[in-house]
This record gives sequence, structure tokens and C-alpha cells, in this order.
Amino acid sequence: MYRKHADLIILALVLAAVFSLMWLLNGPHFFQADNFQSMAFQLPELGILSLAMMVTMLTGGINLSIIASANLTGIVVAMILTGLVTPDMSAAATGLIVLLAISAGLAVAALVGLLNGFLIARVEVSPILATLGTMILLNGLAIVLTRGYVISGFPPALLFIGNGLVLGIPMPMIIFLLCAGLMALILNRTPLGLSIYMIGSNPTACLFAGVDNARVLMRTYLISGLYAGVAALIMIARFNSAKADYGASYLLMTVLASVLGGTSAAGGFGKVSGLVLALAILQVVSSGLNLLQVSAFMTIAIWGAILILVMVVGHLSARFQEKKQLAA
Amino acid sequence: MKRVLARHEAYVFLAIVLFSAIITAFNPSFLTLENLFDLLKGYAFLGILATGVLLVLISGGIDISFTAVATVAAYVMATTIVRHPDSTNIVIAFLLAGLTGVALGMVNAAIIYFFEIPSIITTIATLNIYYGILTVISGGKWLYALPPWFRAFADIKVFTLTNAEGIKYGLSVVTVIWLAVVVVAWVILRYTLLGRGIYAMGGNLASARRAGFNIFRLQMFVYSFMGLMAGIAGVIEVLLAQRMAPNSMVGKELDVIAAVVLGGASLTGGVGTLSGTLLGVALLAVMSNGLTLMRVPSFWYNVFIGLIIIISVSVSAYRRRARQKRMIAVEAA
Repeated sequence: MYRKHADLIILALVLAAVFSLMWLLNGPHFFQADNFQSMAFQLPELGILSLAMMVTMLTGGINLSIIASANLTGIVVAMILTGLVTPDMSAAATGLIVLLAISAGLAVAALVGLLNGFLIARVEVSPILATLGTMILLNGLAIVLTRGYVISGFPPALLFIGNGLVLGIPMPMIIFLLCAGLMALILNRTPLGLSIYMIGSNPTACLFAGVDNARVLMRTYLISGLYAGVAALIMIARFNSAKADYGASYLLMTVLASVLGGTSAAGGFGKVSGLVLALAILQVVSSGLNLLQVSAFMTIAIWGAILILVMVVGHLSARFQEKKQLAA
Repeated sequence: MKRVLARHEAYVFLAIVLFSAIITAFNPSFLTLENLFDLLKGYAFLGILATGVLLVLISGGIDISFTAVATVAAYVMATTIVRHPDSTNIVIAFLLAGLTGVALGMVNAAIIYFFEIPSIITTIATLNIYYGILTVISGGKWLYALPPWFRAFADIKVFTLTNAEGIKYGLSVVTVIWLAVVVVAWVILRYTLLGRGIYAMGGNLASARRAGFNIFRLQMFVYSFMGLMAGIAGVIEVLLAQRMAPNSMVGKELDVIAAVVLGGASLTGGVGTLSGTLLGVALLAVMSNGLTLMRVPSFWYNVFIGLIIIISVSVSAYRRRARQKRMIAVEAA
């Protein structure tokens, strides 16, 4: 039991520890509904982007272009909305245009995913280089489309995605839970998921086991692109605007969250449940420190320290297990 | 000829020549010494960081934290010289920043070596730690009141020439520092056991250890050297801008890595040359300067850089595969 879920147990303990600490430091108002609600509004953006990062890391890759593709998606959606929606339009017509804009945005996200997949799976460029190139290219396209300006002012139907409540639960949280559930389903219950883990563990063995590696990688980066697109919808709805350089600091944070959640940088290992726990830890720390009026920069420093601490504990416990095995 | 063309550097060089020809056709002021000297000054920051990144990549690791290290080093240097303008000088400024960089690099190396945490993870974490703490301590405030000798040093030119309009221009001391750094790195990589060790470690860590290389010392050296480069680059940034801005460097990590990778260094370690890295920096410089001189609006810049990187890495991936196929064919025959 302990051996199999060691990583998750460590994460759960860390979560309990930071939660108790923040509760202790902040007093009762940390443990109130509105605090949980605001956490549930903040976590999903980084959460869905982290899922987009994690699935590529499972194959031993990385996707540096997720933020750039999210921004490009957001800008396409924003341009369609601001271009076509007029204030005197009927609700039905507006709704239709919102749907059209979202589909167009997700189509862009899918195209970006396929471009990454093509470069990595067919041209066999290493993922970090391919996505570094597409990151800069997509950011460039986003700047060209917007001339560097902000596009803002969306219809309420779109804003609901980022700010609405359903039965008291924030809409972004519902979307995140759906995304996480779907990802868990893909990874654990489909042949594609199995192949993703196998490629990450050993691509040669995977190929000889009869898996079409290129096809699996194509789909992995397609999924990653689509998730970045979904994150984009929440992002622009929450800000009520789109811009070429939103969320730039999220990029390294998604790697941090994935690794904190037990995803191996070398590929092959990592679970959605671990990532969700990691995101909860990061969110509790950030909300708790925010209530204490600690600078947001201190928060990212502490996030970095938590990552190293968890990695060190993981390393030491693995070494301890090894020694015990040798002794036995 | 065949051997020259087999090298990645040859293609980068051809690309630079091609772009230069196109740019000169549009705007002859590109191909002047004055413009060249400007580029050699403006790209010293990127070039010095790229030299450090090259060594880390050759050793089989990666460093993301160097922009934060450069920021911290520059801040330590700037606050000290602002507080004690009379008792400090430019040598002390470089020493302070360099030592700060080395210390932070050693922290990275220690975490990577002792806890066997992948270098990319370690340095993403330390980037956040160094930058976060620095921003809290500095309050994000910019420092302008730099001593007069600091400004004077930035204006030193090794030799000066006069252009047709009678304006003086020359080779900046900043460029000389960049060149010195490159020469030191070249000697280390090419003529020392240390350099052999760095290549060996990146090629195959286990073999390097068996061959008797002290991996701990090699890693300490590589990440300290990266830290030293970050420290020097941090001072250069403040020299050129004549202000210390805590937020001016972080975020440029991937640009620097892109330059090194354009120059043919491999992210799996063991491969990479200084000439390639210099060409990679040169390609980025020529592209960006050329777009400006050809009056292409600056918002197109990233589209071109992105395309260049995608094409470059695709071509080298294609050539690597073709080579592998040839080798398999030879073995089969």
C-alpha cells in the first residue's frame, strides 16, 4: 500500500500540512466558503495548462508552446467576438456567434497541436526544440494579429465561462474537473493512455511492442493543444480581454506543478490525481499567503522551495527503500 | 568540402551570408563597420549568457535559472556601488557580480548532484526562488543613481573611427569582455582535461565516471561557470542600460537557449562548439537588425525568429535521420 502510492501519500501529507499551517496563521476566515470559492476560481487556469503540459511530459517530451497557443486561441476567439457581436443583437444570435468563436478558437488550438505533433512525431525534432520554435512563432503571430494591443469587451455568454457559478461551484472549476476526469480516463482506460506511458518509459520497446509511436505522439500533442485552448477560454473570460503576452509566467509553473505532482521529467510516470494534489498545495499556499498580505513574488519563491523539498524527500525515501531491500 | 558541408555550422553560416546579402540589397547601411560594432555591443549580453549555456548543454544538463542569477548578481553589484560610489571601482563591480553568480551556480550544482534532481527541474525551481526573493527584497525598485565611473566605463572604446557624417564610433569595451569570455571558454573546452571531462560527462555519464572523471567537480565547475557568465552578463546589462531593473532579464531564458541550439548544440549533451554558438547568436542578431533596417514592423520579429528556429531544428533532425539510415545501410551491406 505505502510503496505503491508513496508519492501520493507524501503529497497528501504536504497538502494537509500547508493547509493546517495556513489555517493556523490566518485564523477562522481561512476556513470559509468564500475563500474556498475564490481558490476554485483561481486554480483552474494553471490546472488545465498543467494537464496540457503533463500529458506531453508522460511521453518523455515537453510542450513549451502551451501559453503561446493559449494566447493565440484567446485572441482568435476575441477577434471573432468583438468583430461580429453588436449590442443590439438578439440573445440567440449572440449565443451562436459565441459558439462559432469558441469552435474557431479550439480549431486553432488543434492545428497548433497537430503542428507540434508533426514536428515531433514525423520530422523527429526533439520536443523541447520543436515547441520552443512554435512557442516563438505563435507568440509572433499573436503579436501580429493584435499589434501588441489588448482586445477586450466580450458578451456575457462568454464571460460566464470564467465568472459564472453553477450550484455555488465556479464554472472554471467545473471545466477543470471535467478536463481532469477526461484526462484520467484517457490515461488509465484507453489504449492511447497505455501507449503514452509506454513511450515515456521506453520508446524502442514500445515500438517493438507494435505501437505506432508517431501516431501516439501526434495525438498526445493534439490533446495538449486542445487543453491549452480550453484554458484560453477561461483565461480570456476571467480577464474579459485577450493579449499576446498573458500568462507568460505560467509556463514554468506548469512544469513545476506537474513535477510536484509526481510526473517524471524523463517520462513514463505521473498521475492526474498527483497533479490535482500538487495544484491544491500550490493554491492553498498562494491563497493563504495572499490573505497574510505576503508578496506574490514570495509565493513563487516558496513554490520553488516546496518543489525542491518534495523532490529531495522523494529521493531520500527511494534511497532508504533501496537500502532496506539490500539489507533484506 | 564535403567535410565542411557535413557540419551544422556551415549551414548556419550560409544562412547568415544569405540574409546579410538580402538585407544589404535593401539597405546598404547594414554592411558597415558602424552597424557591426553596434551589434557586437548590443548582443554581448546574449552572447556571454550563451557561452555559459553552451557549457551546461555540453555537460548534458540545462540551466533555466541564469536570468534570475544575472538579476541577483547585478542587484548585489548595483546596490553596493550606489551605496559606496567612492570606495568601489569597475573591477570590484565585476568581482561582486561574478562571485554572487558563482555562489548561486554552486547551489544549483549541489542540489542537482546530491539529490539527483534533473537539472531542468532544479533550475526552474531555483529561478523562482532567486527571482522571487530578489523582487521581495528589492521591492522591484529600479536603481538609476549609478556612480560616474560606471557610466564612463560603459563609454570606453578600444579604438574609434569617424564615419562620413563626422560622427565617431568604435569597438566597445563590452565587446572585448565578450571576446575574452569566449576565448577563455574555448581554451577550457579545447585544451584542458576539464574540457574533455565536460564533453565526456555529456556524452555518457557512466563512462566518464569509469574513466576516472570526478563528476561532482565537473558539475560544480559547469554550473559555477554558468553563474559567472550570468554575473558578468548582469553587469553588462546594467552598463548598457545605465540602470538596474529587477524585471529586465527574467523571461529571456529561452531566447538564449534558442541561440545556442541554433548553433548546433544538442540538448542530450556531449555535442556543441563555441563557433556554432557564436554563429547562432549572430544569426539572431542579423535577423533582428535586418528586419529593422528593412523597415519591417517590429511585431513581425518573432514570426521570423520562430520560423528560422523551426526550419533549423527540422533540417538538423532530417540530416541526423539520413545519417542514421546510411549507417544502417552500410552495416547491412
